Amino acid sequence: MADRPIHIVVAIKQVPDTSNVRINPQTGTLIREGVPAILNPYEVHALELAVRLKEQHGGKVTVITMGPPAAVEALRECVEQGADRGILVSDRKFAAADTLATSYVVATAIEAIHKEDPVDLLLFGKQAIDGDTAQVGPGVATRLNVPLITYAVKVEKFDPENRTAIIHRKVERGVEILQTTLPALLTVEKEIAEVQRAPLPNIIRAAQYQPEMWTASAPVAFDVAQIGIKGSPTIVGSAGTPPLKKAGAKVTASEKGVAETVKMALAEVRRVKGEG
Amino acid sequence: MSDTKNRIWVFIEQENGVAHPVSWELLGAAQKLAHDLPDASVEGVLLGQNVRGIADEAFRYGASRVYLIDDPALAYYRNRPYSFGISNVVKKYAPNIFLVGATSLGRDLASSIATRVRTGLTADCTELAIDKEKKILAATRPTFGGNLMATILCKTARPQMTTVRPRVLPTPKPADVPVAGEVISEPLGMTEAEVGTVLLNFIPSEEEESIEYADVVVAGGRGMGSPKGFGLLKELADALGGVVGASRPAVDAGWISYAHQVGQTGKTIRPKLYIAAGISGAIQHRVGVSGSDFILAINNDPNAPIFGIADFGIVGDVFQVVPELTKQIAAGDQPLATSH
Repeated sequence: MADRPIHIVVAIKQVPDTSNVRINPQTGTLIREGVPAILNPYEVHALELAVRLKEQHGGKVTVITMGPPAAVEALRECVEQGADRGILVSDRKFAAADTLATSYVVATAIEAIHKEDPVDLLLFGKQAIDGDTAQVGPGVATRLNVPLITYAVKVEKFDPENRTAIIHRKVERGVEILQTTLPALLTVEKEIAEVQRAPLPNIIRAAQYQPEMWTASAPVAFDVAQIGIKGSPTIVGSAGTPPLKKAGAKVTASEKGVAETVKMALAEVRRVKGEG
Repeated sequence: MSDTKNRIWVFIEQENGVAHPVSWELLGAAQKLAHDLPDASVEGVLLGQNVRGIADEAFRYGASRVYLIDDPALAYYRNRPYSFGISNVVKKYAPNIFLVGATSLGRDLASSIATRVRTGLTADCTELAIDKEKKILAATRPTFGGNLMATILCKTARPQMTTVRPRVLPTPKPADVPVAGEVISEPLGMTEAEVGTVLLNFIPSEEEESIEYADVVVAGGRGMGSPKGFGLLKELADALGGVVGASRPAVDAGWISYAHQVGQTGKTIRPKLYIAAGISGAIQHRVGVSGSDFILAINNDPNAPIFGIADFGIVGDVFQVVPELTKQIAAGDQPLATSH
């Protein structure tokens, strides 16, 4: 018996490549110019998992993101990787959203998608590399009242027919093997799926692909009290570079000799520890 | 329960009946915050099955009251029953501040609670203080991969929630004798059938020394050149009774496993002695080790950023300096770093 077609929604974020981020030392603020925008690395793997499951079971992968108009590029990348449908939820009214407001928008949009095309699985990256909060995925699962499995590293079994799956989850002490009902929401580690090169037809399709554009009022009317600044309980008070420990002595081994330098270092450790 | 008390709550994380030390670190921080808030009380929240005994430990670390939900559905951690149970208790007792450890369990849990009670949550804070004027929590956290520190305020929604990573804060000294406290038992209000997930099996990771709570950590970076270079570090660590750590480039190169990674992208540590060998010291690394009592850095580049936070810096060849350290420590009769 053939499986019924499945529907997976992957939530993505376009982020500045933090390995290239520079800070203005005078103001302690971020220099954004010249920093490339990339698809959040964990979501590349989330999408790969979605595409694999689609290949096995047949069906469809929808990708959704909240962000500025430029995020269409990230959605095109997803189409290149095998997504069928891309939705950009974008409006100035969403600006300055914290994780609570963001999870409201993403959850509400997914609910709307689910109404017209029921969803079997929701995938998020374990965190976005710009904010590193890891809050939006759990927030969306809570709002949609579906089981949440964070730090997923493997899908052992995916059985949409019986609405159940077995997922491996990485925690500090080892790996949990969990059985969950479907639909469920997973936030994934990179190990969840190895990324393969996109096939040529996808690349051609992606180049011309126009993602659907959703605003704060259509096709879904978002509650203005729950979006943007108004819907965000947290604000950034101040920002700066991290305060760190002060430096002590520095000795060049080639000048003092290795044995003597090491002797000095150990004497200093003993002296400081003795004081403590 | 709407009294005027400024309740400062700490989630007492436990697994298999053993409390995670981050819970005590947070109780220590809560007591400091309580000094700057009028009519404040430090309280714990504890969930599990047959875990009442842990409440007594929390009292010794400074909690005056513990809210306890003891239920078979809480025998092991799952997001839904935990977040549901705690959210109900939050709604009932209206804490002003709620601190949770930024472990994989705590991060999973805190965001769900914040969503259920519709409040703000600041993740992975490295510093907590009470804003003197506004009398609200000022929670400082690294962002943009550790390049920037942002202080986050939660103006009106309550509780003000934050997660804090283990070892970012010092561990307070517990009272030597039992301390009396109040246990408030609350029902879970959810049955096993409503949970949705079941743990089928658990595969523990191979026995690895934990670097998080070690007194001495000897870490290597790209400058160690190869997995072989880490053998030298292991010898030094053994001589000191410590464990081996690594910078991200060394882990990315595959020389040693991720469990050894030191820094914000790995483990934050605050050992008595930290030795950084062949580590240049990216900002994420420096922030993650800055709480160490003593930092000894060895690098052949005199301009390596790691020297900026080192109590003692040796500009030199790690392959000469590290074996010499091992030799002198093995020969010496004075213990290092264990004295307090």
